Amino acid sequence: MTVEQFVFLVMAVVTLGAALMVVTERRVIHAALWLILALFGVAGLYVLLNAGFFAVVQVVVYIGAIAILFIFAAMLTRKAMQDVGPQVNAGWPAAALIGGVVFVALAWMLSHWAQFTALPPAFADDTPTLTQLGVALVSPDAYVIPFEIASVLLVAAMVGALYAAWGKKK
Amino acid sequence: MIPLSWYLILAAALFSIGLYGVLARKNAVAILMGVELMLNAVNINLVAFWRYLDLQTVAGQAFALMVFAVAAAEVAVGLALFIAVYRRRGTVAADEIDLMKW
Amino acid sequence: MSFFSDPVNSIIHWLRNLLIGWGLSTGWVTLIMKALGVMVLSTVALLLVIFLIWLERKLAARFQQRLGPNRVGPYGLIQPIADVIKIFTKEHITPFGVNGFLYNLAPLLSVSAVLFLWAVIPLYKGVVGVDLNVGVLYLVAAGALGTLAILLAGWSSNNKYALVGAFRTVAQMVSYEVPTVLALLVPVLLAGTMSVSGIVEQQRVIYLIVSPVAALLFFLASLAEIGRTPFDLMEAESEIVAGFHIEYSGLKFGMFYVGEFLHAFTVSALFAVLFLGGWRGWGAEAFPLLGLVYFMAKAFLVYFLVVWVRSTLPRVRIDQMLNFNWKFLTPVGLILLVATAVVQKIILVSGASYGVMVLSHLVVNVLILWVAFWIVKMREARRPRRQPVAQPRPVARPPEVTRV
Repeated sequence: MTVEQFVFLVMAVVTLGAALMVVTERRVIHAALWLILALFGVAGLYVLLNAGFFAVVQVVVYIGAIAILFIFAAMLTRKAMQDVGPQVNAGWPAAALIGGVVFVALAWMLSHWAQFTALPPAFADDTPTLTQLGVALVSPDAYVIPFEIASVLLVAAMVGALYAAWGKKK
Repeated sequence: MIPLSWYLILAAALFSIGLYGVLARKNAVAILMGVELMLNAVNINLVAFWRYLDLQTVAGQAFALMVFAVAAAEVAVGLALFIAVYRRRGTVAADEIDLMKW
Repeated sequence: MSFFSDPVNSIIHWLRNLLIGWGLSTGWVTLIMKALGVMVLSTVALLLVIFLIWLERKLAARFQQRLGPNRVGPYGLIQPIADVIKIFTKEHITPFGVNGFLYNLAPLLSVSAVLFLWAVIPLYKGVVGVDLNVGVLYLVAAGALGTLAILLAGWSSNNKYALVGAFRTVAQMVSYEVPTVLALLVPVLLAGTMSVSGIVEQQRVIYLIVSPVAALLFFLASLAEIGRTPFDLMEAESEIVAGFHIEYSGLKFGMFYVGEFLHAFTVSALFAVLFLGGWRGWGAEAFPLLGLVYFMAKAFLVYFLVVWVRSTLPRVRIDQMLNFNWKFLTPVGLILLVATAVVQKIILVSGASYGVMVLSHLVVNVLILWVAFWIVKMREARRPRRQPVAQPRPVARPPEVTRV
């Protein structure tokens, strides 16, 4: 086993373990904190995939913004300091079954795909992936329209969130 | 050398865990966390496909960026809605918000 | 490469050869060198704090016409070491009902979030922890970790003042991240790279002159990010006792304290790197060590400004703080970014000389700043002034005697 594989396994265990805690933890704030750990694990995977930009964006967007929003929302939407009662609904065994079936089905389907065990092509450290990505995002031949739509979406989300959470007018 | 299959299996597992969270959790905020896990699983796949199969073009990375934007928008609106619901109903348990269920 | 002009690279070179001479493989040697580098850099940064505490106390004292520490050692130089020894020997009190793991994790995270920043700061020519091609974005990411540390500290302390302090802090830090990023993007745009060393290399004319508005925005926003007066709402003693670190004692409190001081100096160093040309200066190419002197001089100059602001201005209210961000810094930052991009594109297309580029950016910046101040002034003039103090009244009024 190479160092790379070992690091991958550690990251995978951290990510999946934290993700399991997110969905099973009774207290919502703890679940949000486990979510942060899971997101860190995913950022580590991006580093392994030579996508340093995505690792940093993952930390900025997910941990710096989304996770903090989750913690705020969890704190703002509960009556007491403790969450009491069961945190899963009555149909949770069915949900677990569906989750398991989806996993097995995905794994089975993927394992029949020709490139399932593909090995990564060589990656030179000075590959200008970031420049390529930047150019592609604003070039009319590539992704300029999705890019603009994403920005419109973000503005719409901002306005919508403000409107929804504003509360009653005086 | 890590084969592509490792990433795909990991992403599939993460997606299934997220799916379980979405289906089983009562608290709407926790449901949204499950959605985040699913989106992350998708992102791992997109970046892994870019790295393993499509290093020349940047389609995988561009898609992953769109997923980031969508995730941010979704969380902002979703959490704002839950806060509004909490103000009105005093709860964010998904099975108690059933006014439109007949 | 001689030892006296470039000691760090000489030592690295010598140590690498020594380790390879012992028969270690290249991979292990790289790993050992990196671990050693991390250790040395963070130790030096943390030791610097001892000096910073002395400097800040002394400066603040002079600003307030006091003497400051002057008993222990010459000019009180040993005073912070005495303080360190005192804080090391203090008792750790863990209050009832805290979340043990997070309560202990938060101070560590708060210091390490600052130390992470040092990884990408170029100390002098060719000496930088790691030259990331997304360096500027990395700075923002490390800042996000600091926010998280404070939120964790406030929540895990099981104290309402701590929680209120943490909420204020997070509201402040998350909002001021927006103008920080906008201001950071201007040097990126001008240099054409996100690598911090690359930005230093590109600064033939320091960016403080090319884009003074970006420098101003960055300075103001980072004052808020580090939570110094006038933006010290997070630990406003008169309102919420001590903010997020109220339940911390002994060395755990000391770590927040160290993190705060180091953060203040780190953003000064970042300002020096991004807007004052970092190690660039006369003779820094030939004698790299001279670059370290220039860099430190610039960083301490900015740090002096930070201390000056701190010991001069009063604290702002929370609504003033948010209004200042969303109604002044952010719009100006957005307009500046677009204007800089347009001007830079025009310059690149027209192939004008470097001097013309600097001059046109400067003109645009001054114009933006002038218009912004003019708009603020107009709005201020139109707004009805609130009477801050009630009308003077006589202290005691003689009772109206009714004659019977």
